[in-house]
Amino acid sequence: MHPTDPMDTADKKTLVLVGHGMVGQRFLEALAEQGLTATHRVVVLCEEPRPAYDRVQLTSYFSGRTPDELSVTDAGFIEKHGIELHLGDPAEHIDRRTRTVTSRSGRSTAYDTLVLATGSVPFVPPVPGKDAAGCFVYRTIEDVLAIEAYAKANATTGAVVGGGLLGLEAAGALQGLGLGTHIVEFAPRLMPAQVDDGGGAALLRTLTGRGLAVHTGTGTQEILTDDAGAVRAMRLSDGSELEVGLVVFSAGVRPRDQLARDCGLAVGERGGVTVDERCRTSDPAVYAIGECAQAADGRVYGLVAPGYEMAQTVAADLASGDASDASFTGADMSTKLKLLGVDVASFGDAHGAAEDCLDVSYADSRSGTYKKLVVGADGTLLGGVLVGDTEAYGTLRALTGSVPPVPAEQLVLPAGAGAAPALGPEALPGDAVVCNCHNVTKDAVQACATLPEVKKCTKAGTGCGSCVKLIGQLLPQSGDTGLCGCFAQTRQELYEIVRTLRVASFQELLDRHGREAARGGEGCETCKPAVASVIASLAPAIGADGYVLDGEQAALQDTNDHFLANLQKNGSYSVVPRIPGGEITPDKLIVIGEVAREFGLYTKITGGQRIDLFGARVEQLPLIWSKLVDAGFESGHAYGKALRTVKSCVGQTWCRYGVQDSVRMAIDLELRYRGLRAPHKLKSAVSGCARECAEARSKDFGVIATASGWNLYVGGNGGATPRHADLLAQDLSDAELVRLIDRFLMFYIRTADRLERTSAWLERIDGGLDHVRDVVVDDSLGICAELEALMADHVTHYRDEWAETLADPERLARFVSFVNAPESPDPLVAFVPERGQIKPDLPLLTLRPLEGSSAR
Amino acid sequence: MTTMTDTTTAAPTAAATPAAPANGATPADAGVQLHLDGAWLTVCAAARLTPGRGVAVLLPDGRRQAALFLDRAGRLYAIDNRDPFTGAAVLSRGLVGSADGRPFVASPLLKQRFDLETGRCLDDDEAGVGVYEARVSA
Repeated sequence: MHPTDPMDTADKKTLVLVGHGMVGQRFLEALAEQGLTATHRVVVLCEEPRPAYDRVQLTSYFSGRTPDELSVTDAGFIEKHGIELHLGDPAEHIDRRTRTVTSRSGRSTAYDTLVLATGSVPFVPPVPGKDAAGCFVYRTIEDVLAIEAYAKANATTGAVVGGGLLGLEAAGALQGLGLGTHIVEFAPRLMPAQVDDGGGAALLRTLTGRGLAVHTGTGTQEILTDDAGAVRAMRLSDGSELEVGLVVFSAGVRPRDQLARDCGLAVGERGGVTVDERCRTSDPAVYAIGECAQAADGRVYGLVAPGYEMAQTVAADLASGDASDASFTGADMSTKLKLLGVDVASFGDAHGAAEDCLDVSYADSRSGTYKKLVVGADGTLLGGVLVGDTEAYGTLRALTGSVPPVPAEQLVLPAGAGAAPALGPEALPGDAVVCNCHNVTKDAVQACATLPEVKKCTKAGTGCGSCVKLIGQLLPQSGDTGLCGCFAQTRQELYEIVRTLRVASFQELLDRHGREAARGGEGCETCKPAVASVIASLAPAIGADGYVLDGEQAALQDTNDHFLANLQKNGSYSVVPRIPGGEITPDKLIVIGEVAREFGLYTKITGGQRIDLFGARVEQLPLIWSKLVDAGFESGHAYGKALRTVKSCVGQTWCRYGVQDSVRMAIDLELRYRGLRAPHKLKSAVSGCARECAEARSKDFGVIATASGWNLYVGGNGGATPRHADLLAQDLSDAELVRLIDRFLMFYIRTADRLERTSAWLERIDGGLDHVRDVVVDDSLGICAELEALMADHVTHYRDEWAETLADPERLARFVSFVNAPESPDPLVAFVPERGQIKPDLPLLTLRPLEGSSAR
Repeated sequence: MTTMTDTTTAAPTAAATPAAPANGATPADAGVQLHLDGAWLTVCAAARLTPGRGVAVLLPDGRRQAALFLDRAGRLYAIDNRDPFTGAAVLSRGLVGSADGRPFVASPLLKQRFDLETGRCLDDDEAGVGVYEARVSA
């Protein structure tokens, strides 16, 4: 913990915060903003074993977010402001007379000001069996970890008791764990607090369609256990039994006010520490904020945004005392969520509680869309419910309280069904609240120029994130889609400039077409390789030299392209010879083995059916490659944004299931497209039957054999965001297949952004797969002949980069360790043994420049 | 095999003034020199440098390394070759760029950028590398 100087703290007042959840953390930030962390000793008692994290996004744990990534606490912040944060040590007793808080570990702290931010506890209905093994609540990361561990070992189905917001979150978590999932809700509809019957019905239909079993209007009567005392089923109010291995109670929360009750603070009738407009409890030295407090309007708010507002109110009150005009008198209950893949939003007076109000609604049960707006007698928009399509949420919420500029019925109609042109963000008044979590107005957002700046200055967009899209539309520079600080054009626009004006030089492109300030400069690490790739893709067509190491091209390439090898972490390189289709003769395998042994390289089979040789020093590359080229190997382009490999299964020749010769097709495709420079790497595979052993659908272009030809799939990806490739065309002959791939690849190269894989490209471009099919199959743009000609040029002009390099002493000159000592190995490249091979021996790091060196 | 732990960095120099060759023309046989411990060390012929790229130079102690760059205007820059973020001696293999008129090199490993005139890291206030004075000999 941060050391506190006794001399320093002697005359400082002490503020104790009980609870370090999202609201607690926001309160600490507000304290720091008000300068109060400098004038106070701040002590935080936190029950959970980890600092504040994003509880709202808890379910995202199941889509891969780690507990660390959920954190909303910056360790540097806590340290910088000298905050004493005690984790896993909850407050247990408050003595208001002596103004002392005692924690579980026995730590006793005297306070001048006490702030309670203890949040709430899940409500577990008092049904028999509720404490059986396999019964959980859904509130903390620890709950999530416990559910995960139990589910993996003991359960294939689970039930969530409660069909409200948190219940649906929990159901999403169970589905994420692969459990058959039931939702049991006592009320006649899902999300009873947020949506009306129409919205609940739309939600029910969509969730049922997603494989959830929903039981509304049904109570839970008993949890039934097996002999070992673990959950085996639940008995419902209709008398039926539901076999489940796990139960999550998510039937609402209750304010956590026990500490306050124990020390005699006033609490509301239905729970919650009673506070006034300044969030003071019945003891002026004690405040309560967030879900544990009953606000001045008599309500307990279970959402994070009102909690944030209360946190700021208290910080302002502490900073200015009676002069503070901050107050919390109630909050907007607007929410927008994505639950189980369904967008749901409700805002303002969603239930139409105001007198004389009317609704306008639109329902389409086929698409699971439901929209209702509540409008006052004078036309003022009072609130609404959106299910299935929440596109307009940001604008509608901000318009709430005013008369919208177009009639309400047009606001709920889908585009193309008589709707007015979508109401743009420009229609919003300046004081419209854009970010509800942090209460930021349109004017405040527009005072900034970029999204990062907005987030930094106003915090808008850093809460639930639902307003980020609207913010993007409000920012002045959001139209700048330029490649980088040097070019205002996109990669696609630069491609067109290079192609039509036949610009074959980066300097010429920069000086004539770059941003004003960048002309005459060096370019940057973003545009240089991107332009190099465009020029290389178009080289034969624009009369440029396709060889990537010549002339100006040499200065544009990333180090991997520059040295035709892959740079590894200690400064050594790895070498990957091409093994088309993954087919290799024993003799060639032996050559690879011999080269690896001679140069002491680490060898590893790659995922693309080839062999990677690691640990080559830059000056060894030509010697290594001369042996490989002599044995008939070529560059595998593992270093380039280019075609990598075309994997294959063994196919019809050997496999009893195979229906086509997948190996031959993979070799043909790999040899055809080898060396093709693209916006990003390209991977491919060919499977010999529908069993798909080559995993073709995870590739940029994948081919799967059918009894009568080949099916072509495009836009697949593995990696961090896996995507199955989409079927582009089926039952193609060999020639049809090759022609279609030619067109597809050239169209991708022409229109993709820098470093945009085919999967992201396919999702981004207008019209998506259908558009691509129109262009490359039906030739809707009339460019197919041109695309095919470009590919024919590429195929004709292909040369092996390594063979060319070895043949030219001038090109070989760069493969030296040091310009003044070409034979001396880099002393920092060293290796140690591991499992019979080598691994890098990494130097110790000192990040900061050492004393005396001139880093300014 | 031993670990090389380089605990010495570049000798401090005063603000390294980039050397601009007279009239922008460099005689092909002219030598490129680095200022080291009070003396000028010739490291290679000017013709060995490609505008926009760097080369590595081994310093006389056999351990320290400099990364020497030539920009498209013909100016020379030299900084420590060791990337402080990874410990590998690779900065000479990074891409040269310019931002707001100031030249930088982006490390080829994790892409942090270093100002070629000051050695300061543009992406992390805490980090930086040493710089050397460089010139083309008369």
